[in-house]
Amino acid sequence: MSLSKIKFDKKIVLSLWIILIALIIAAPTLLPVFRLNLLGRYLSLSIVALGVDLIWGYTGLLSLGQGIFFALGGYCAAMYLQITSSSEFPNNIPEFFALYGVEKLPFFWEPFRSPVFTFFAIWIIPALVAGLIGFLVFRNRIKGVYFSILTQASLLVFFNFFNGQQKLINGTNGLKTDVTQLLGQMVGSESMQRIFFWITSVLVIASWFFAKWVVKGRFGNILIGIRDDEPRVRFTGYNPVIFKTIIFSIAGGLAGISGALYTVQSGIVSPQFMTVPFSIEMVIWVAVGGRGTLLGAILGAVFINYAKSLVSEALPASWMFIQGGLFILVVTALPEGVLGWIQGDGPRNLLQRFGLKRKIETYPSLEVNKKEGNNE
Amino acid sequence: MELLLDSLFNGVAIGSVLLVAALGLAIVFGLMGVINLAHGELMMLGAYTTYVTQLIFKLPILKPFYNSYIIVSIFLAFIVSGVVGILLEKTIIRKLYGSPLETLLATWGVSLILQQFVRSVPLAYGTGLVISLLIGLFLPTTFPSKIKESINFKYFKFSSWIFAALTGVLTGSIISSSVSKLSRASARNVDVTAPSWMRGQVEIIGTAFPKTRLMIIVITLISVIAITLFLNQSAWGMRIRAVTQNRQMSDCLGISTEKVDIITFGIGSGLAGVAGVAVSLLGSVGPNVGGNYIVGCFMVVVLGGVGNLLGTVLASFGIGIMTDLIGAGRLLSIWPDMPLPLSNTINFFATTSMARVMIFALIVIFLQFKPTGLFPQKGRMVEN
Repeated sequence: MSLSKIKFDKKIVLSLWIILIALIIAAPTLLPVFRLNLLGRYLSLSIVALGVDLIWGYTGLLSLGQGIFFALGGYCAAMYLQITSSSEFPNNIPEFFALYGVEKLPFFWEPFRSPVFTFFAIWIIPALVAGLIGFLVFRNRIKGVYFSILTQASLLVFFNFFNGQQKLINGTNGLKTDVTQLLGQMVGSESMQRIFFWITSVLVIASWFFAKWVVKGRFGNILIGIRDDEPRVRFTGYNPVIFKTIIFSIAGGLAGISGALYTVQSGIVSPQFMTVPFSIEMVIWVAVGGRGTLLGAILGAVFINYAKSLVSEALPASWMFIQGGLFILVVTALPEGVLGWIQGDGPRNLLQRFGLKRKIETYPSLEVNKKEGNNE
Repeated sequence: MELLLDSLFNGVAIGSVLLVAALGLAIVFGLMGVINLAHGELMMLGAYTTYVTQLIFKLPILKPFYNSYIIVSIFLAFIVSGVVGILLEKTIIRKLYGSPLETLLATWGVSLILQQFVRSVPLAYGTGLVISLLIGLFLPTTFPSKIKESINFKYFKFSSWIFAALTGVLTGSIISSSVSKLSRASARNVDVTAPSWMRGQVEIIGTAFPKTRLMIIVITLISVIAITLFLNQSAWGMRIRAVTQNRQMSDCLGISTEKVDIITFGIGSGLAGVAGVAVSLLGSVGPNVGGNYIVGCFMVVVLGGVGNLLGTVLASFGIGIMTDLIGAGRLLSIWPDMPLPLSNTINFFATTSMARVMIFALIVIFLQFKPTGLFPQKGRMVEN
């Protein structure tokens, strides 16, 4: 799948960037706080979608458990905020511990008193967990649907675990962040939300460039090779386990960052982030936007979530129908997603169908065979 | 001894629900490599069918037969879920053979639609829709071959669909006017009450067993035996096994793989409906009831190995017994004076949700040693 067939003029690209940056800077003044907050949340979701695109669109691993890493990042951020603003509570620990008679901070939360540790933990802990799960699964050459089922099972393991542990992480209720303090300001306040929006936008762009850098060059080629024909990659002398583990933990790290940003903007992290539907939704953002196109993942995440909130406000019952229909439609009619369709032959074929453009006559077989081998 | 028996029975009861739910999934997955995430929702349809049958049997005409409604509903549930499954195969899944991950996403979409469907469509009209689907799909196959081969067959097909639609609307409105509980859409959970002969307990060797649980075990047993006989004794069963082993070769030998796919998918989905009857006996029925079972079913299939019924049976009873042993903390009562750290650990996992954590973790560890399950398919291909 070639990334982009349409070559833009340099000037157009530059002016697009300038418009984008101007919009990001101006957004807080243009949009009401409620909408700005929603946009910020959806932008943070697009980071996890980038991770899904890396592992699914480029490497062919359909993970249904990205919610684990998303929630882990969120819990790290939320616990740091809770601990730093717990000075007025008994024993200097977050309020909820008192409800369950816990008097001392559990040992594994101790390091989260330090902001530096938390900053690294938000992405390193999910990446490590992802690396471990990935290594155990990939080592046994478990792949395809088995991989998907196993990631879903691990998601349920984490969900049940987090749900059941009141004394350690406040169980079902989750951790609230909007009334906590960061640098002397309420996290839920308008000015902080504005800052979070900017941080999110910058991080989305940064992770987009990072993902582009990852899939560029030989590393990216091997990923695509694994997606298209893994045994052949192995016979050529590469060890797919290492590459798959690395890319899976990169996706986990991205999910962690995304979860942390989402948590501070939505005001709470709870085991609900680890429910099965949410993790599958992440996949559908990528599928609609266009798997294998990084920009598609970002746009898919933002637009679908925006549509979801608009439709749910207007007709609450119909969103499930629309979402279900979208799944079926994308998979059967638009397997490459919207952006993939635009970048591929989609528009030309459409024009041909209406007789507006002449057919290309040269070697049609070459055009047809391009899609083969992409059947995982 | 009594404790052990009790534990074994509970484990078998949990396992048999899993087994009857996973049976259809195992057949579909084994034969077609299709991951059907809508399987849980097909179970939900089966459970709702039980509920609808129960209400219809409360009507004055059928009142004398009320006690037998559960038996009738088993067959009806099989048909309802089977028909929906066949429709699913004909419209969506057929396009996606060879790409299991895409099927997974598409069937997830189907499951969302089915969930919302039972929430926002009155059950009476839902029943009407299923009836019209049933007639529309099967009426054309009963026509004499003279009509089937004629050029105008598509008009016959079309008119049978119109007939089906009319019948569906008619039954829908009859049901909705005679049973008021079915005439309005509701997202609330409903309850199926077992007939009087299934309430209460039976005493076997001094221990009391609830009758509903025994009924579920019986349903499971019958389903397993029936499906084994079908696969091993009937002509279509043989064709199904042939296609499972080598699709291209069977195709070359004149087996209609298209028909085999439809039949297999129909049977797999129908078994989900039967599982739905079992599930409806255990607790209240709601749009989300299928979601509670689907991952467990997949674990059974993965653990048992693909395309092997014995593996599925062993895996589900194994998971059932382990769940009971861990979740109810029975290990402690069997072995009361175990060392402290061990007993603390067991106490930590002695709730239903933590038992699930433990079971899934154990399965993942097990797959480290046998990545293809208990009874893997033998072959010499590289992969895929």
